[in-house]
Amino acid sequence: MRKRIRKITEHLMQGLFTLSGGVTSLAIILIIIFLFKEGLGLFRSSEVEKAYVLAVNVSNPVGALDSRQIKEIFDYTYTNWSELGGADAEIIPFRFEDIFSIYDESELGNDYELLPEKLGEVIASEPNILAFLPELYVPKDNADLRILPLRNISPRSFFGGIEWMPTATPAAQFGVLPLIMGTLWVSFFAILIALPLGLGVAIYLSELADERMRKLLKPAIELLAGIPSVVYGFFGLVVLVPLIQRALNLPVGETALAGSLILAIMALPTIITIAEDAMRATPKAMREASLALGATHWQTIYKVIVPYASSGIMAAVVLGVGRAIGETMAVLMVTGNAAVMPRSMFESVRTIPATIAAELGEAPSGGTHYQSLFLLGCILFLITLVVSISAEVISKQPVNKGL
Amino acid sequence: MIETRNIDFYYGSFHALKNVSIRIEPHTVTAFIGPSGCGKSTFLRLFNRMNDLIENTSLTGECIVDGENIYNKSVQVDDLRKKVGMVFQKPNPFPKSIFENVAYGLRVNDVRDKAFIRQRVEESLVSAALWDEVKDKLKKSAFELSGGQQQRLCIARALAVSPSILLMDEPASALDPISTSKIEELIHILKQEYTIVIVTHNMQQAARVSDRTGFFMLGELVEYSDTKKMFLNPEKAETQNYITGRFG
Repeated sequence: MRKRIRKITEHLMQGLFTLSGGVTSLAIILIIIFLFKEGLGLFRSSEVEKAYVLAVNVSNPVGALDSRQIKEIFDYTYTNWSELGGADAEIIPFRFEDIFSIYDESELGNDYELLPEKLGEVIASEPNILAFLPELYVPKDNADLRILPLRNISPRSFFGGIEWMPTATPAAQFGVLPLIMGTLWVSFFAILIALPLGLGVAIYLSELADERMRKLLKPAIELLAGIPSVVYGFFGLVVLVPLIQRALNLPVGETALAGSLILAIMALPTIITIAEDAMRATPKAMREASLALGATHWQTIYKVIVPYASSGIMAAVVLGVGRAIGETMAVLMVTGNAAVMPRSMFESVRTIPATIAAELGEAPSGGTHYQSLFLLGCILFLITLVVSISAEVISKQPVNKGL
Repeated sequence: MIETRNIDFYYGSFHALKNVSIRIEPHTVTAFIGPSGCGKSTFLRLFNRMNDLIENTSLTGECIVDGENIYNKSVQVDDLRKKVGMVFQKPNPFPKSIFENVAYGLRVNDVRDKAFIRQRVEESLVSAALWDEVKDKLKKSAFELSGGQQQRLCIARALAVSPSILLMDEPASALDPISTSKIEELIHILKQEYTIVIVTHNMQQAARVSDRTGFFMLGELVEYSDTKKMFLNPEKAETQNYITGRFG
């Protein structure tokens, strides 16, 4: 009888654990599906704001415009229709609000019921106009007016675009290249700083420090990993940023360099801990063999121990990179967040996570801005996925290399 | 030639070697036998100062190799270890190619002459009776060799730096009987050129390979004499008991 109960309990427990594993996996999969579903919706959205259209005079031969052209027209960068395949005439961009500078409110009727009609008149009278109107006020049955066909936002303009202006009207610009480059830029330099430093500390801890020093330093370094990133960001903002500004005599201290330095400090504990563990895992027999051949301690370190631990060291680097790429708060606080292509270490840049954190709050749910931020999340997810997979592959490499 | 005078050695407060004095002649094979924990390996590792790697140890007495006390401050440990090679209990090749394993000792010695390195590697592998088996796969990983081959590779690696003394710490204990007999044959040949000191817990092995044998017990060198005499007619009762298998 007791045996039966035990068996049932065991089965129950087994089921419970299987269930919890299943639920967790399911939740993760659902999150990923949600991320991609929201994000990929962007490519089904029109390039101009929802419920708005672009209208031209019927005499204008120009076909569909892409979002960049639309933006440049309203920025007065394109000023002549001939640049866009039309007649040689000046482009007259017209925003819906401009109607109020032509007509009095009283002329538009009590409930603006005359508004479509007046808009129609404006467009009909001006052959070179490009009008940006709400769909609601498009004049009906006006033969002098042609609605431009609108394209959807293309993956090309998203992944290849170099302008990130998600709230620009009439056509928001979703070029993620500056953000991706900003992320990689800051992370790359962070690793460049953190790797030699981390490796040095790891070698010191595993090979040179005496036991007392090690017992003191190791927990202290591991403690660094536990400090919330906002605290690092705060430190960076208050200490590092002014320091960089003064030391390098820059107009602003909030630069890619500040972000890289903060990230390097944050990635150090990961790199040190994992690399040190890998080096300490080098069998005693390897050290003894090397020393017994008359190698010095230092020769043993760089000819035997570091090569032996190289897969662990690589894993440490990759995990450090992973931490750097996904880090949000500290970077948001110190890099200045200018969404431009990074050219030097001494200018502001903006990273993907910082963009999401800064903009999601003000992006209307379901809109193109919102969708584009989700797509940024997808990109970040894919980057970190690649990083984790490479860490996994590298750390599983057999020791037998460095021949 | 190796000579020790009144060696006492401590691991912390544990008295591991008690007043050990010994003389080892060149071009002989000397075996140390004794029960586990008797101090024979500790004693062997004094000769190339491997015990330095263990923290919290202390030593008194003199250990003289080629006329110099190797525990003098003026002695460079890495130079000493080039003169006194060592082969360990378990084969411990580096995760490198067969060639690079043997060349390692030369490379850390700042030997840059490639032709010389190649020649030395070949000579060492020939001396270790491994050349014929590996000459076609020198670029292959050392881990692809069998355990016995790995151990001979480790011997070749030790020989490459031209030591005059070779220490062997139970070199065959992790090997099968065929590999063991190969190592023993090798010891016979190497004796011509090197002074060999071997620690073994296999008394037959000691009897087969060595000229002189030292019997250790509880940190003391109980008896040290010609191997033949030791095994046929030991002086001390403890030696007699150990050799005949009454304990240990």
